Amino acid sequence: MAAVTFVSHDGEKCEAPLDEGCSLMQVATNNAIAGIDGDCGGEAACGTCHVIVDPTWADKVGPSGPEEEEMLSMNPERQATSRLSCQIKVSESWDGLTVQLPEFQM
Amino acid sequence: MKIPEAVKTKVEAAIPLDRQVQAAHLYDKGRRWLTGTNGQKMFVEGPIPPVEEVALEDIDLSNPFLYRQGRWASYFKRLRDEAPVHYQAHSPFGPFWSVTRHADIIAVDKNHEVFSAEPLIVIGAPPRFMDIAMFIAMDPPKHDVQRRAVQGVVAPKNLREMESLIRERVRDVLDNLPVNEPFDWVSTVSIELTARMLATLLDFPFEQRHKLVVWSDLATSMEQANGGPSDNDELFRGMVGMARGLGALWHDKAARLAAGEEPGFDLITMLQSDENTKDLIKRPMEFAGNLILLIVGGNDTTRNSMSGGVLALNRFPDQFEKLKANPDLIPNMVSEIIRWQTPLGYMRRIAKADTVLNGQFIRKGDKVVMWYASGNRDETVFERPDELIIDRRNARNHIAFGFGVHRCMGNRLAELQLRILWEELLPRFERIDVVGEPEYVQSNFVRGISQLMVELTPKGAR
Ligand code: HEM
Ligand code: FES
Repeated sequence: MAAVTFVSHDGEKCEAPLDEGCSLMQVATNNAIAGIDGDCGGEAACGTCHVIVDPTWADKVGPSGPEEEEMLSMNPERQATSRLSCQIKVSESWDGLTVQLPEFQM
Repeated sequence: MKIPEAVKTKVEAAIPLDRQVQAAHLYDKGRRWLTGTNGQKMFVEGPIPPVEEVALEDIDLSNPFLYRQGRWASYFKRLRDEAPVHYQAHSPFGPFWSVTRHADIIAVDKNHEVFSAEPLIVIGAPPRFMDIAMFIAMDPPKHDVQRRAVQGVVAPKNLREMESLIRERVRDVLDNLPVNEPFDWVSTVSIELTARMLATLLDFPFEQRHKLVVWSDLATSMEQANGGPSDNDELFRGMVGMARGLGALWHDKAARLAAGEEPGFDLITMLQSDENTKDLIKRPMEFAGNLILLIVGGNDTTRNSMSGGVLALNRFPDQFEKLKANPDLIPNMVSEIIRWQTPLGYMRRIAKADTVLNGQFIRKGDKVVMWYASGNRDETVFERPDELIIDRRNARNHIAFGFGVHRCMGNRLAELQLRILWEELLPRFERIDVVGEPEYVQSNFVRGISQLMVELTPKGAR
């Protein structure tokens, strides 16, 4: 089954199955991945589902949208491939996707 | 006449802040004399009827006694059920819309293009010149620039530096509490700890920390703004004191830094070591706005979550037992306490264009109030919403910190402070009993507890 790997700030790896149609935030919270809060429930309005997409996957996953960008731009840990995971609809064809978690969620 | 922004900034910069406040005080005295309103209170408390006896269009959530009289929950529930986007045409603060459902509130809060936070986030308006510009009441891009200048101080990285100091100060307060006799939790614990936290944040002289509380309380109790009980003369005198006190703090810190003192993790040091803000004191209104926002934003909110937690665990004693059996629940409980208390009842917006919200037509220029206190009791999101359930699965979905670009900047600090408080309380006390009825604050904005008598039973003393 296709899986995504979340890499914590300390380098610890956690895998979760990529369920087609779910957001990456849902994948994380459904699998109790520590470090993704998702306080607003997926509205791009809290910024607590921040992930940094592995640069080799950035093209496939795509860039952030304008709404998302407003929340990200306030975040001191923001990086070039930062995304709000609630705004990423996952695909089963993304087996091996790797995302880094920030040290803190805002 | 409209004064051009540039001229206004120049004039403001040339006149010291305390002088500006004094001038505003004179103006306000003149206004009250001219309008014959001197000494008259806007609000006199009378009993609020049960919501079933009120016509839908007469429901007025701006009544500053709704929370105190315990009627708020039933009023909110009726609106959620019958008119989730509700128009009140004749309140003492003028007409306004009330948005009471969780989903509708998020929709408004995240849409700053249509719903502007300018010029104010309370239902009313503070006395003239007391409406100091703060970024909580600015839209992007102005908002973003100002927020960026200060948010580092409460960013999680910085908090890690402050955690041990906060914990030490909590321990010191708890170790000196009276046991087996009643005392007021609000003044002894909630206010004291919040004052210490704010003093740490600003590196404000520790022995003068209570000034921060006094200033903040004055700033949030203006009757014209939110129905609070403040006296305008007292208010303006307090604000002159604040302007002087904060100015002195700035200069003192600058001198210490120049004399080679180790830079701290506090806000002033941070502002002084950043190229964009190192001369902030020369822009007195912006300086005041940013500092006051942090003091006010952190004061009532944290205080009332500290008091609200004790009250809630007394109302739901099985939850206190659950907590003692499993202290790992503290972080989730902290979110649940903040949901249950919802220290700030609402934020207000102004529609920038005609729009439709949940079937209601809202006109450009209309006032729209997002009632967080209601969204946090929305039964479509939270099961048994009126109960404190410390292991509630979705407690973090509470709306008390707001959402969107204005989402509370101090949320992690507030959570940290509350977590430490409960981590330190549990090993010390077997019971924390509320004795007698709490007293509540007069306001339509701050959901505050002004007195909470408690009695502590220490651990191991039976
Ligand atoms: C339980 C405690 C707290 C609660 C419930 C709370 C609640 C809120 C709410 C509702 C907002 C507006 C959100 C919106 O408009 O969408 C806000 C903004 C803000 N809060 Fe808090 N707050 C708390 C603690 C703190 C603390 C401890 C600080 C600072 C020391 C703080 C500083 C601020 C600031 C600066 C803003 C303005 C953010 C902006 O406009 O970008 N708050 N808070
Ligand atoms: S869950 Fe809130 S921004 Fe993604």
